[in-house]
Amino acid sequence: MNLGSGILKGLVETARNFVGSYYDPARLVTIQYPDERLPLPEKARSFPMLVYDGEDPEKGLRCVACKICEKECPPQCIYIVLDRDEKGRPRRRPRIFDLDISVCMSCQICVEVCPFDSIKMNTEFELSTADRFGSLLLHKMDLAKPASYYLGLHPVEAGQVNARLAAGPGHAETKAKPGAAPAPAAGTTSGATPAGSDRT
Amino acid sequence: MFDALDQLFVSLKHWLVGQLPAALQPWASLVISAAAILGVFMTLFALTVLIERKGLGRIQNRYGPNRVGPWGLLQPMADFIKMLTKEDIVPSGADRVVHFVAPLVMVVPVLLAYAVIPVGRNMAAVDFNAGLLFFFAVGACIELAVFMAGWSSRNKYSLLGGMRAIAQMISYELPLILSTLPVVMLAGSMSLVDITDAQGGHYGGWLARWHVFTPWGLAGLLLFTVAATAESNRAPFDLPEGESEIIAGHLVEYSGFKYALFFIGEYLGMFAVSALGITLFLGGWRAPVLWLEWVPSYMWFFLKLGGFVALFIWLRGTLPRLRADHLMNLAWKFLLPLVLLNAMSAALWHYTAQWTFAGAGLARWLLCASLVGVPYVVLGRRLFAGQHIGPRTYRMAA
Amino acid sequence: MDIAFLITAAAILAGAAGAMAARNVVHCALCGVVSFAGLAVAFLQLRAEFVGFAQLLVYVGAVAILIVVALLLTRNFEAMHEALAFRPWTLGLAIALLVSGAVVSAILGSGLTGRAPSSAPVPAVKEIGDLLMTRYVVALEVVGVLLTVALIGAALVALREDGPAQRAKPGERGPVEGRPED
Repeated sequence: MNLGSGILKGLVETARNFVGSYYDPARLVTIQYPDERLPLPEKARSFPMLVYDGEDPEKGLRCVACKICEKECPPQCIYIVLDRDEKGRPRRRPRIFDLDISVCMSCQICVEVCPFDSIKMNTEFELSTADRFGSLLLHKMDLAKPASYYLGLHPVEAGQVNARLAAGPGHAETKAKPGAAPAPAAGTTSGATPAGSDRT
Repeated sequence: MFDALDQLFVSLKHWLVGQLPAALQPWASLVISAAAILGVFMTLFALTVLIERKGLGRIQNRYGPNRVGPWGLLQPMADFIKMLTKEDIVPSGADRVVHFVAPLVMVVPVLLAYAVIPVGRNMAAVDFNAGLLFFFAVGACIELAVFMAGWSSRNKYSLLGGMRAIAQMISYELPLILSTLPVVMLAGSMSLVDITDAQGGHYGGWLARWHVFTPWGLAGLLLFTVAATAESNRAPFDLPEGESEIIAGHLVEYSGFKYALFFIGEYLGMFAVSALGITLFLGGWRAPVLWLEWVPSYMWFFLKLGGFVALFIWLRGTLPRLRADHLMNLAWKFLLPLVLLNAMSAALWHYTAQWTFAGAGLARWLLCASLVGVPYVVLGRRLFAGQHIGPRTYRMAA
Repeated sequence: MDIAFLITAAAILAGAAGAMAARNVVHCALCGVVSFAGLAVAFLQLRAEFVGFAQLLVYVGAVAILIVVALLLTRNFEAMHEALAFRPWTLGLAIALLVSGAVVSAILGSGLTGRAPSSAPVPAVKEIGDLLMTRYVVALEVVGVLLTVALIGAALVALREDGPAQRAKPGERGPVEGRPED
């Protein structure tokens, strides 16, 4: 004698949902995105950025234009030109640092190989644009972010980085796996780190 | 006072018509009626689409549209603008003429069907002697529109959808028409105005004499609702559209305004068939009880229509789609015998009207109800016999 | 003759001509629908509501759909584009003239033409129903039996053609072609 009772049961269930969704906010699991946002997890990442210390992105940029990331980048989305003074001597900073996020695949390899803790992953994801050639090619000033911003995004990781930088020269190599880092990179490291630690 | 309110729109129309020269008056009367039908039901369409989307959302514990305007109330406007500004694409292999005509064949008959429906006291645009037949006759054109859309698109999914739609609509047209047979038998007329009049009066001085309060009327309404849901291609009978298997059936190759016409036609068809159900079984524009007679008749009609539409939305939010063979089984092996028995039940009800012994009313009710109720159980059991209904086990790739 | 009748008649004739002339079978069917619907309108113009609506319901709603479905279910549907033209067209014309001559002479001989259009007793559905159930009940029953026989016959034909033959196929194939599974 239960002919059609399944339909009635189903109707009761949906009616309960209908009424319940007005009284029980726990039922509505939707996060209304542009108004409400879920906090991003610690390890969230979108595209790389360049961290600088202090106030001035030009002066404080940790990057020394060693080009390791450019070489390692699997889709080759990074383009770096070393800055030189009038006499042609290298200045240990990039004149051009371009990153094409239409090509970047967010693999984070550049972050792992960077001996200077300069390139880190951003979490900014609202990057849609109508201009796919201009707006998706980020330049040095678009990429430069203060260290405090980095600390805000990834507090745990940035804390470790800060501790490592504060410990001074020599410790920076501990990040690069022994043998994995190419020799010239190790050479640059020892020369560059004091400059960074001076500022911190 | 209440009478004036009840006849407000009727007298308004009379006044408007009276302003015109006598030669134009019959035409003006028709044009005003048509404009009123178009305006009211199009507004209702816009509202229903919004309410359906919000209601389905709530049924699934979502918000539904709430971005456009306060509480998403302007969503229909946004949809309308989107539909109008979309590119109208005709597939290169399509039959251009038929592809173009199909949406019109869909919408025009549906709008014509409203002409015979009395939406209030003295508020039927036309009172045909064979109004019910007119309703079904113009409704039959919808099948043709669906076929034309499915065939002319030159798309396999379209054709499949069109064929499914035809098979389904032909199968369910039979129970739909036959479920209205008892009403015609007992009201003695096919005019919808007369059928509404036949439901005048009150049981025991308070309860309206709607057909739904008789056993055959109740069974008829239920059978009619099932057949009407299938006839208007709504869930759980939305196989012709089945977006998960044939994308959208006959609608695949339609976009922009032509798609909008199909969409409008579908919803207006749903309203029309609901309005017919109300007129046949739920007393049309009549109030359910004596002491609520003062509420204007058209209010009652649209209240009932709202209830019917809410039921359709509720069913859509609840029931999963039927399988094609289950669909045919339901129509031919279950609904068809039941509607025929229901006609017999109505005849029995008619001939037992003279019973006067004590408890005659109850005996009559039970007798007529069992004439449909017992076969319902027997047929249902036989249909489900040997079928395993319950949680299924799937063999997944581990 | 008023304009409305002329328009309707033109539509009916155009539909019929289209049904004969169109190359595409489905177009033929759809032109036929135009003709059917035109006939319904013609009935309505004669104030025969019931017949008009019945014409619409039966011919547009059922017969046209039936034709169309039958066309689509026919095998070699595409091949039918060529074979439609009826070659000895003089024979066709002769048959058409013969049939229309018979119909016209029947109408002229029936004595309907001489009678003036009487104060048309608008036939209500109820009267039609009464007549069908009393005076013409035998005819109605015969038509019903005929249709039932046709229906059952159609079902039988369909069963014989498709049923056992189709059903046997997967069974036959199973043991022969199917790979023995371990």
